[in-house]
Amino acid sequence: MNDTKPAFSLDRLRAGDREEFARLVETYSDQIYRLALKMLASPQDAEDVLQNTFLKALQALPTFEGRSSLSTWLYRIAVNEALMVLRRQRPEVQIADDDDSAGDDITPAYFIDWCCLPEEELLSAESRAYLDQAIQQLPEKYRIVFILRDIEGLSIRETSEALNLSETAVKTRLLRARLKLRDLLSAYYGERLEEKA
Amino acid sequence: MDKTNCRSLLASLSEYIEGTLEEQICREIERHMAECPDCRVVVDTLRKTIYLYHATSEDESMPADVRQRLYQRLNLDEYLKP
Ligand SMILES: [Zn+2]
Repeated sequence: MNDTKPAFSLDRLRAGDREEFARLVETYSDQIYRLALKMLASPQDAEDVLQNTFLKALQALPTFEGRSSLSTWLYRIAVNEALMVLRRQRPEVQIADDDDSAGDDITPAYFIDWCCLPEEELLSAESRAYLDQAIQQLPEKYRIVFILRDIEGLSIRETSEALNLSETAVKTRLLRARLKLRDLLSAYYGERLEEKA
Repeated sequence: MDKTNCRSLLASLSEYIEGTLEEQICREIERHMAECPDCRVVVDTLRKTIYLYHATSEDESMPADVRQRLYQRLNLDEYLKP
């Protein structure tokens, strides 16, 4: 989702032009589905989020003011839909600003250099499954920031707009998410290294 | 990994790997990494971690039946490309 994507006519979208809306769906549906799947780890829930995101977008487009980009706006709707699903399972889930400094220690625990593993090992089916599993171990408020910034490639600013968080909070959570995933991957790939030794 | 320098490197880690740090701070970090193997490994493996997630996600698209049901739900069947 960046500037090279086709530009959309806001006037046509606001007026309910179906062809233009279809183009919007075509352009962003894969990203929205991917976000929902990584956030919820359930294909059924991800599909619900995908459908509801575009249904809500369709309803809200006539009043869309264009203060953020269309993609950031769609992500914001999708994040809220995903959060509603999570809260049905655990009502206490929230990603609003809170005290991020408390608790979690971010000191790295593993110092194994696994970068030298061959690409086919790093990207094997088993490794890919582990990558999915590792991201599920992050608390939701860190997971969503990592997905938007590092997987979908939004800027810090776009991520903060999509999540309604300060840029400072986004940066703090991003660093925690990155370091936690690095530790999890280091433990996993470290074992692969030992198997080879 | 408890030295002051390692901690301050950790704090600037995101900005360092994104290349948005001031040049002078970059140089300090690189000077530290030259003598601290642990921090070198953390930086390299962190870069790799982000790369792996980005690379494995880029080619993930939704299954054809999910796409089909989405277009049906939105009444956009006629725009569904094969
Ligand atoms: Zn160090």
